[in-house]
This record gives sequence, structure tokens and C-alpha cells, in this order.
Amino acid sequence: MAILKVFKRIRKPNLYFTLVALAIYIIVQVLLSAGLLNDFWRGILFWGAAITMVSLGLNLIYGFNGQFSLGQYGFYAIGAYAAADITYRWVNSDASGVVVGFLGSLLVLLFFMGIGAFLKRFYGLLPLTKFMAYLVATFAGYFIAVKFLAPALGPTLMQLLGGPYPGAVGRQIVFLMALLGGATIAGITSYLFGIPVLELGSDYFGIATLGFTIIVKVLLDNTDTLLPFPEMKGARGMVGIPAWTTWTWVFITLMAVIVIMRNLLHSSYGRAIVSVREDERAATLVGIDVASAKIMAFVLGSVFAGLAGGIRAHDVAFLHPNTFNFIQSFNPLIIVVFGGLGSMTGTIFTGFLWIFVLEGLLRLILPPGFETWRFVVYPLMLLLMMLLRPEGLFGSYEVPFLRRLLPPIPARKSSLEGQSEEVA
Amino acid sequence: MTILPRPTMSPEVEARPVILEITDLTHFFGNLRAVYNFSMQLKQGELVGLIGPNGAGKTTVFNLITGVYHASEGSIKYRGVELVGLPSHEIIQMGIARTFQNIRLFSNLTVLDNVRIAYHPHVGYGIPHALWHGPYYHKREDEVTALAQEYLDIFGLLERQNDRAGSLPYGLQRRLEIARALATRPQLLILDEPAAGMNPQEIDELMELIHFIRERFNLTILLVEHRMRLVMNICEWLTVMDFGQIISRGLPEEVRNDPKVIEAYLGRQSALLK
Amino acid sequence: MTAALSSLKKPKTREEAILSRSNARWLNRLAQGLFALFALFVLYILIKGFIASPAVFLQQVLNGLQLGFIYALIALGYTMVYGIVRLINFAHGDVFMVGAFTSLYTISILDLHRWPLRIWPGIPETLGTLIGVVTVILVSMVTSGFLAVTIERFAYRPLRSRPRIAALITAIGVSFFLEYFGALPFVFTNNYITYPRSFDIVVYRAGTISNLALGGMWGLFGAALLAQAVLIALSRKGNLTAQAWKDHPLVRFGLLFGGFMAAVLTLTNLHVEMNGKLWDLTASNIMLVIMGSSIVLQVVLHYIVRQTRLGKAMRAAAYDKPASRLMGINVDSVITATFALGGGLAGAAGVLYATAFKQVYYLMGIIPGLKAFVAAVIGGIGSIPGAFLGALIMGQAEVLSAGYISTPMRDAVSFSLLILVLLVWPQGIFGEPPGEKV
Repeated sequence: MAILKVFKRIRKPNLYFTLVALAIYIIVQVLLSAGLLNDFWRGILFWGAAITMVSLGLNLIYGFNGQFSLGQYGFYAIGAYAAADITYRWVNSDASGVVVGFLGSLLVLLFFMGIGAFLKRFYGLLPLTKFMAYLVATFAGYFIAVKFLAPALGPTLMQLLGGPYPGAVGRQIVFLMALLGGATIAGITSYLFGIPVLELGSDYFGIATLGFTIIVKVLLDNTDTLLPFPEMKGARGMVGIPAWTTWTWVFITLMAVIVIMRNLLHSSYGRAIVSVREDERAATLVGIDVASAKIMAFVLGSVFAGLAGGIRAHDVAFLHPNTFNFIQSFNPLIIVVFGGLGSMTGTIFTGFLWIFVLEGLLRLILPPGFETWRFVVYPLMLLLMMLLRPEGLFGSYEVPFLRRLLPPIPARKSSLEGQSEEVA
Repeated sequence: MTILPRPTMSPEVEARPVILEITDLTHFFGNLRAVYNFSMQLKQGELVGLIGPNGAGKTTVFNLITGVYHASEGSIKYRGVELVGLPSHEIIQMGIARTFQNIRLFSNLTVLDNVRIAYHPHVGYGIPHALWHGPYYHKREDEVTALAQEYLDIFGLLERQNDRAGSLPYGLQRRLEIARALATRPQLLILDEPAAGMNPQEIDELMELIHFIRERFNLTILLVEHRMRLVMNICEWLTVMDFGQIISRGLPEEVRNDPKVIEAYLGRQSALLK
Repeated sequence: MTAALSSLKKPKTREEAILSRSNARWLNRLAQGLFALFALFVLYILIKGFIASPAVFLQQVLNGLQLGFIYALIALGYTMVYGIVRLINFAHGDVFMVGAFTSLYTISILDLHRWPLRIWPGIPETLGTLIGVVTVILVSMVTSGFLAVTIERFAYRPLRSRPRIAALITAIGVSFFLEYFGALPFVFTNNYITYPRSFDIVVYRAGTISNLALGGMWGLFGAALLAQAVLIALSRKGNLTAQAWKDHPLVRFGLLFGGFMAAVLTLTNLHVEMNGKLWDLTASNIMLVIMGSSIVLQVVLHYIVRQTRLGKAMRAAAYDKPASRLMGINVDSVITATFALGGGLAGAAGVLYATAFKQVYYLMGIIPGLKAFVAAVIGGIGSIPGAFLGALIMGQAEVLSAGYISTPMRDAVSFSLLILVLLVWPQGIFGEPPGEKV
């Protein structure tokens, strides 16, 4: 009879949303298969989805949680390169990427949970101590993965899934592991980074995340010299990534991001996250663990960015550190501010619009010299928006599916009459 | 060294357990001594006032109790547990709630959500359920919602449940703040200038409200106020502060006639004596 | 610890959970120990490098000093603005860039660095160039200061009543705008332009330094030190004149200028052979000019902030804006003055940076700007001596990591330093943790 309960729960907005989403999926899939959507526009669509995911992550961190972060592109890059490396190694008959990147990350997560449970039994922990503990857990987990799991499980896994050029099923499984691995690595990094940094006020946090993005870019430029990843070829760019991103994958990941974010925001954790944005001090004094709410939003937002990176990497099949230059990292910020902080609908709409118009339409219509003027116009648009309509295009409007539920008001008798409603 | 111990009340009150014991609390902001040798003993169920001219340090004492500041010296024991050093949110979870001088609601959340937030530490489901929205999630959400609605009903806010908290008139916002504080199920409630901005009639209603919640929720209430009308009529005994120190303590009539208290107020803000 | 492990069953209530915890003291010690090990390891690398080749190490230190002094000028702007309006002025790095470009034009088009030599042909070359260079710097300072004030007036002031984030985003927008407007072909273009130095580089090494200069610097330092010591002693005893004079800019100038110059010149003058290794350090006149200009400007700033009415108003406004307004201080003017001073210093820094690195381009302000901000944070944001100290540290960190780790990593190290400082010492060296009235 639990099934009946589930059906009672299906509300109209959920139904509409599901139907519309399915319709979009089918239409686009048909267009693609029939060749009506050419390569350029397909690329635009996929790019729009990726940017939207990154921007949704930023909206969670900044729009809903109030923490001004410029680090999304750092996690976008980490997710992209990590996922790309995993699949690159796979198609070169090396399963170590999957084992370390995916299984190793899961192991690290397990260790994190253990450390978390252990640390809960103490009070008076310094951020340094928490950071060290989780850092040690990270090293331990990946060390075990590299030294023991990879040689032990690698070949078996490779055989199990059909070798370096697996069939359709095998390929999806490897791709899934790569995507999740990249996203998890981004999440682990953001957790470690967040522990010391989230305590700071909003301004410092912004600068610290900007510094993070710069550090990531420097590391990406030196993946083959300072870091032991010769296949990433540092500043020359990584090639040979299998182009496994399909419309189905893009659709699934985008939907997953939207639904997960919506569910989180509608739950009690979502209320806690928003209360931190509203008034951090008051939230503490109502019993909310502010640090925990902040890190939850930050890590989830970073995971979304990492996922987007994986999708993008396997679409373009080429990665270059310059794509993740910190100047580019302001794109999601502009998208989120334009669409409306605190509106998922706004972000989704503006994200796709951004790419469609600025990379798609305008590239076709306007002359090449337009490139340099772009970066003059963007900030002017941003400034105008801040001055004239700071709440963005959509304000806090949401489509019904994404909108917060307003429970019905029960008919009750009040013990205290509603007196003195006028302001004193 | 406890200066001015608590006044002896009726034997029935004296028999109750001590809920809050502050000993020699001292706090510095840099070189500025904001609170000095503050001590107080509250028994369960009492309704006690902390008064004094502006800047006397009353709100600082509240902030020290609720962990906003880590006390430089001294001890604050709540039901025998040392609070100094604990982070604020844990102090609240242990059963102390407070309201603010200037109302600090979550303005962009609904009235209902403001109260539901108070249940977050006890929400009972973890992140997996929050992301999945399965039957257990819905069950807990419904329970929390029902509990919050009860509080709203008590305070006459139920009809405005889905309104944006910031859109409420001032009086209702005050009530919502108290409702939210009570939803954390405290045993000790600290009210920081609850009568701010109210006219005498509203103050009378507030007094009824405070009596009502004390009975209904079995609370101990510590109140900071500098509107004498409220303080004189409602508090069982008072502590008077000036310049961070206790200058007087006792029953309202005694304190009112204490020359030290009169001097502190007249010398500073005589207009406040109502 | 044993209590923690033995109570592995789930506690019943939140209260029990909170109360049954153990103190994390030993865990904290452990973490601090690990961190100390890491710090020791870094120290070990540096010491190893020093021992391997002391001359190379010290040369890096000297280069780091040069960089640090430039960063100091930029950092001061950040720290002063943040102290007063709590805004991270993202556009500050671009004001620095504009200062550099202004000097590019004054030198290459107007020949401004040689104007005394044109007007008074008989004047000695050094003196004439000196005056000319000072003029170039001043012109850049004025331009940059003016730009900073304009930005404040039109971009930041309208948003004063809005949440801080709005101003931060606007600052980012202004920064972008300056950069990409500058990149347009009819402005600064997006090319890397070779910068014409306003004076020729001269390298000093052992033997080329006159004993007079060396002795003079030590003398200056010694005299200033003596004066400072005497003044402190006298002021402790209650002597009012001493108390007024002990912070006098001349004393400060003597200490800083004399001290740093003496140290650099002495090191450069060394020509020692030790264990078959040659101590042969070089310093260029550019380095000396940078150090000198930076010190002069900082001493002047110190004078303004400490001894003038404007400075007092600035300090009051930074401490408590509403109260300052009530005291009759025109806070708007004070803010404008702060931006002007900060912008001017950044402009000077731009000229010095361009002279040192012989290149200007439209994005040159970003990375030094960010590093200078990190420097201000390290020193304690809002603190002027902190900005100086933090900048010196950043200079050293950048140069040493370029030398002993690798050149591309130096940016990564600089920003990791920020995270490190925030982890261990969030208020910075001279800073205070920000309070909040509840």
C-alpha cells in the first residue's frame, strides 16, 4: 500500500514538469538523429547545459546560501580533467584511472565519513585540525587506491567491461564512473578547501576562491611538468579524449542537478541554507550549525560544476587550461546575477540564453572584431543590472515545479486573538 | 566572590533546582571592560529582570550566555553544564533561546518556515532523504509542519502562515520572533528588550503574553528591558547593572527606591523612568 | 579519548551528544605538530638552498625585496580602502595598470623624464634625470588618483546603501571594464608593449659602490636609530617634546631608508670567497630607486595618516563611520581622499613595476593586484604597517618559490599562502578580528 501513498504524492507541477521534460528530450533527440540539428548548434546546446549546471551550482552557493564564490571554474576544471583522464586512460588500455578516480574517491568518501563520526566526539576543534584530519584521509585513500587497488582490480575491471573500446553498455558504465569520479574529486577538493575558508567573511571568501581558481589554472598549465600526468600535456592542451557525451547524458545530468538542487532546497536543509543567507547570526541563535550549512551548499555546488566539466570535456574532446582562465570564471557570476539570485528558473533560462546568443547567434551575425568589444559590454551590462534591477531578470520567481511548497492553512481556533495588527 | 546574592524568595521557589548559575563573569573587548564580576543564580520557573541604563552591559551578558562572545573570565553553568566555550548553536540546542532587540527574522522566508527552521536540529532525516523525498521525508516534514502550525496558532499567526515574514506588521513580527524562539523548545528564554517600540497598551498585552508562555511552556525567563512599566509589573526580582557591574539586586520595590539605582538612571537617562 | 571510544552507542538526545564529548586538545596539538613539521620541511628546503649557494639565495632575497616594495605601494591602497568602506577594491590593480601606461606615454611621447635637461641645459645629468623621473611618477600618481576617485564617485558611492556584495560585484565589473576597454585598439591595445625606461639601468656590484654612499647610509641609519632610542626613552619619562617627535617622519625615513639601503649596499659590496664559492651579489639602480621611492611615499603616507587632520579624520572614519559623521567629519570627502591616496600610490607602483620589468600590457594589473591584496590580508587588512610587512613577505615568497620550486609555481604558492594564512592566522599579523554588534 506504500505504492498508493506514492501516487497520492504526485502533484500537478511534478507531473507537468516530467511531461515537459520528456517532451523536450524526445524532440531534441529526434532532431539530432534526423540530422536537423547540425554540429554547431548541438555543441551550443551541450555547452549551454554545462554552463547552466555550473551556474546552478553557483546559485546554490551564492544565491541561496549567500557565500560569494568565484571558484566554480576551478571545480569545473577539476571535474573536466579528472573525468577526461579516466576515460583517456581507459581507451589506452589502462584501468587505473577508473580504479583510482572512481573507486579511490569512494574510498576517500568512506574515510571522510569515518573521520566525521570520529571528530563529532570532540569539542574545541580548530579548523586546522579538521583540515589536517581530512587531508590525511584523502592521502590515505588515494594512496591505497594507487598502490593496491589499481594493480589488483584494474585488469579485471578492464576485462569485465569489454576492453579499451567497450560496447555500448560497457561504455556507458565507464563513462558514468568517469563522470562521477570527476565530480567526486571536485567535491573532495571543495570540502578540503572549504573547511578553513568558509569561516571567513563573505569578502575574504570571494578572494580565497578566486585564488583557488588561479592555483588550479597554474596547476593545469603544469600537469606534465610539476604533476605526474604527462597525458594532460600541460599548457599545450589535452587531446585524445573519447567523445562519449550524448544528448541523453546531457539531459540526464542536467535533470539530476535540477532535481537534486530543488529537493535539497525544499527540505529542512534547504531552509537552513537560506537562513544563513538571510541572517547568519540569527541562524546560529536558532540552533542552526552555520558552518555545516555553508559547507553543504559549497560542496554540492562544486560537485555540480565538476559534473558539468566531465560532460563538457567529453563533448569537445579537447581540454585547454585557458578555457578555465579566471577571467572566464566570471561568466557564471554574470549569468546568476542576471537571471536572479535565488531563482533556479532564472539561472536555467539565462544560462542557455547566454550561450545561445553570445556564442551562437552573435558569432554568426556580427563581424569578428566584436570579440574584443564583448568584454567591454559584459561588465557594463552587469553594472547596469546592479544599479537598476539588482534582483535580476527573474527575481525570485520559479516555475511551479521548482517553487517552494506552501502548505495549506488548517482551520484552527486561535488561543490568542489577533490583536493590535497595526504598527505601533 | 558573589556580590549581592539573589534575594530569598518563597520556600517553594527556593526548593526548585538552579537552572542558570553565572559566577564572576568578566569580559573584555580589547582593553575595554564591558562586564565585570557579574554573578547570578536563576531558579527554574522564575521570571527575572536585568535592567540598567543604556550601555550598562546587559546585552553583552546575554551575548556571553548564548555564546556570541567567548567570556574572558568566569563561568556560566546551565543545568550544571559549563557553557563558556561552546559554540552558539549548541548552546541553543541545549535549551536556551533568545530574542533580539532589533527583530532578526528571516525576512524572505515565510512565517511558517521561520518556525520550521527551529526544528532543523531535530528534523530526523539525513541528507539522502532530503535529496530523495521518499515517504519518510514526507512523514517527517508533515510532522514538523504540524508542530510549527501549532505554535503559529497559539500566537495567532496561522492565517499569515505563508506570507513573507518581512511583510508582517511590527507587532506580529515580534510575536513571530518569540514563536520561533519557543519552537526550539527551550527551558530558559532570554528576552532582549521585547517592549521596544511599543505603546503602553501593547506593553500590557505583552505582559499577558509573557505570563502565558511561562505557564504554557514551563519556562524560566530572563528579561532585559529599560521600560519600567513592564519590568516593575512582571518581574519577580531584578538585577541592576551599570558600567558592566551589578549595582543593585532585589525585589522591584526595593530596587526602585535604591538611591544607587536612581542615581544611575537620573544621572544618565532620567526620561526612561516611566 | 577512551570516553569517546567507549560511548560508541548512539547517544539519545542532542544534549547527551553534546555533553559526552571529549576535549580536542590533544588532537589540536597533533594537527599543529603536523603543520609545524610541514613548516620545518619548507624551512629545510630554504636552508638547503642557502647552504648550497648563499649568494644565489641572497640574490633572490634582494630581488624579493624589490618586488615587495612595489607590492607594498599597491597593498596600502587596498588596506586603506577596506579599512574605511569595507570594500575589496577589485579595480585597484587596474588603476596600477593605468599608472604604468600613463608613464609609458609621458616618457615616449612627451619625453617628460628629460624636461629639466631641456629647460636648463647646464644641469648635471643625474640631477636632471632624477627630477624628470620624479615628475613622471608624480604625473602617473595624479592620473591614477584621479581615476580612483572617479571610480569611487560613479561606481561605488551610489551603492553605499546597498548590501556590500553589490559593491563587490560592481568593483569586479569596473575592473573588467578598465581592462577590456584598455584592450581596444585605440586605447592601450592588447599587445605586450616594451616599456622605455626613463633612465638607464646600472648594475652595482662589489667594487662599484662608493664608500661614501655606504658609509652615508649606515650613518643615516645609525643616527636615526640613536634618535629613535633617545626619543623613546625620553617620552617614557614623560617628556612631551619627545613624545611628539618620536613618530616624526624624518626619524622614520632615516630608519627605513638608511636601514634598507645600508643593508642592500653592504650585501652588494661583499666580495668574498667561501669554500670556493663566490659571494657576488648585484643590485641595480632600479632596485634602489624602487626601494627609495617606496620608502619615501610610505613615510609621506604615514605622516599624512598620523600627523595631519585629514589623517585623523581617516582613522576616525575607519574606526566608526556614524560617530565620525556626528563629530562633524565629512565622511564622503574622507573616503574620496582615501581613494585618491591609494590610487596615487598604485600609480607610482605602476611606474616602478614597468621600469623594473620593462613591459606593460592591459592585463598587467590583475596578478600583482591580487598578490598585493593577499599581502594586505597577511599583514592584517586595515593595518598600514601590516600592508608593508605583508608585501615584503609576499615578495620573498614569490621570488624564493620561483627559485627553489619552479617559476610557474610562484603564483600558486602566493595564493596558497593566502589560504594558509587564513587557516592559521585569519586576522593577519597586525589585524584584529572583526567584531559584530549583536
